[in-house]
Amino acid sequence: MLRLPNERARPSFGRPPPTQETPPADGVFRPALVNGVTLGSIYGLIAIGYTMVYGIVGMINFAHGDVFMIGAFLSLIVFLALTSIGITFVPLALLLVLFVAMALTALYGWTVERVAYRPLRGSFRLAPLISAIGMSIFLQNYAQVTQGARFKPLPPVVTGGHKFGAVDGFGVNISNVQIIIVLLTVALMVAFTLIVSRTNLGRAQRACEQDRKMAALLGVDVDRTISLTFVMGAALASVAGLMYLLYYGVVDFYIGFVAGVKAFTAAVLGGIGSLPGAMIGGLLIGLIETFWSAYFSVEYKDVAAFSILIIVLIFLPSGLLGRPEVEKV
Amino acid sequence: MTALLSLEGVTAYYGSIAALKGVDVEVSEGEIVTLIGANGAGKSTLMMTIFGSPQARDGRIVYDGRDITRTPMHEIARLKIAQSPEGRRIFPRMSVLENLKMGAAVTQFAHYDEDLERMFAIFPRLKERAAQRGGTLSGGEQQMLAIARALMSRPRLLMLDEPSLGLAPLVAKQIFSVVKELNEKDGLTVFLVEQNAYHALKLAHRGYVMVNGKITMSGGGRELLEKPEVRAAYLEGGR
Repeated sequence: MLRLPNERARPSFGRPPPTQETPPADGVFRPALVNGVTLGSIYGLIAIGYTMVYGIVGMINFAHGDVFMIGAFLSLIVFLALTSIGITFVPLALLLVLFVAMALTALYGWTVERVAYRPLRGSFRLAPLISAIGMSIFLQNYAQVTQGARFKPLPPVVTGGHKFGAVDGFGVNISNVQIIIVLLTVALMVAFTLIVSRTNLGRAQRACEQDRKMAALLGVDVDRTISLTFVMGAALASVAGLMYLLYYGVVDFYIGFVAGVKAFTAAVLGGIGSLPGAMIGGLLIGLIETFWSAYFSVEYKDVAAFSILIIVLIFLPSGLLGRPEVEKV
Repeated sequence: MTALLSLEGVTAYYGSIAALKGVDVEVSEGEIVTLIGANGAGKSTLMMTIFGSPQARDGRIVYDGRDITRTPMHEIARLKIAQSPEGRRIFPRMSVLENLKMGAAVTQFAHYDEDLERMFAIFPRLKERAAQRGGTLSGGEQQMLAIARALMSRPRLLMLDEPSLGLAPLVAKQIFSVVKELNEKDGLTVFLVEQNAYHALKLAHRGYVMVNGKITMSGGGRELLEKPEVRAAYLEGGR
């Protein structure tokens, strides 16, 4: 990878990004809501990758958070590369970054599956899990060695914002970055839901999920379908990476771990294996964190998120939208 | 008649246990061939071995002049061999319609509308249940769906594993008559594995008897039906 310059600031997931104006003194509810939805969108996009892979191969891809991190780095690199060749028109640059980063990150996702998981398919259940943890550590170290351990900044690309409902005291400031993040997330989720429910690929994916051998008996190339699932998950993670980059303005090699754990939590909360569950879970985790930070303390926001997860799992062991295992045989 | 499918000295193992011990079977174009035998004789294994799972350790499997012994399962399916497997294996969380679409995928949906209408004409029950999830169908309906799904791929060779298992006699009879009709009208080649030896042999042109992973007898369907050994082992009392 291209070596990037450093930055000293240390942001963290769930905290208001450094580029954002301080919330107006008249209330924390509306800013927290907006921040929560934005953050939840990013979690949701990553969570889809966990949930799809779990659905089709029955394993937790622990390297997925790090694929997200790679996506963020690749976005930054493409941004800087575009700037250096003189493409400064922001919408065009964003679009190019989006597609190039998606393609390159998808390649990473494909490679991870091909190298670390496929050879272990059919061996005992824990083997791919251990391999995934190894892959996660490898990707982190790879980014650290090639890019260094410090934060890498991106100068604010998308600036400004809008005040909605401008009546005094009832308005809310939404930055353009937040608008882009939420709209893009909605568009991607609609697109992916349609792909999974309507297309031949989506049907093949669901067939592999339900009965891999029968899918093969009907001519479905199971290996290819699984590869494409990893590719789709990685592409979504790279979009989340780009969003993170725009929102927080910095990346480092470690962002994948925290984001990965949170998104995994979101997937479990929503019901692992369920696509709408991942989206709702992501949104919930984002909202819980920001509201907790707004009303109680930033330090305990993760405690709040994970406590809610525990409580939900006690009463709904398969998550909010997870399917209870009743099948007529 | 030329052999559409032929197995020569095929062996297959589960771990170190031999499930097939040198099986020779031939199915010619336009025939209904049945394989009968007791539980655990290796009938279903033979069906799956043709599709490469478990893979044949020795011997050769030739389909339409092409050696498919080492061909991956999904590629075999694309050669227009369709199977309604043991246990039916309906996709439980897909609708009946989607299950049928899965069958049609290998044809690139070239004749989808026409074939769908045909399936609904053969099995009107499936039309009523089109939007219902596969897992909620009754056993008989699932069996119809499994056969219809296999037929949606426009196979040259249809392999049916115990289509009458667990069905009411009337439904089983209906399924056998559908098979007969498809064979007579469309010249569909059928390879049928059955425990219900009487119906299977009556329907089939030729039959094989399998005992402990070996073919012990073969001949015309009626001819096998008359043999005292077959009658004693598979018919009397089992009817």
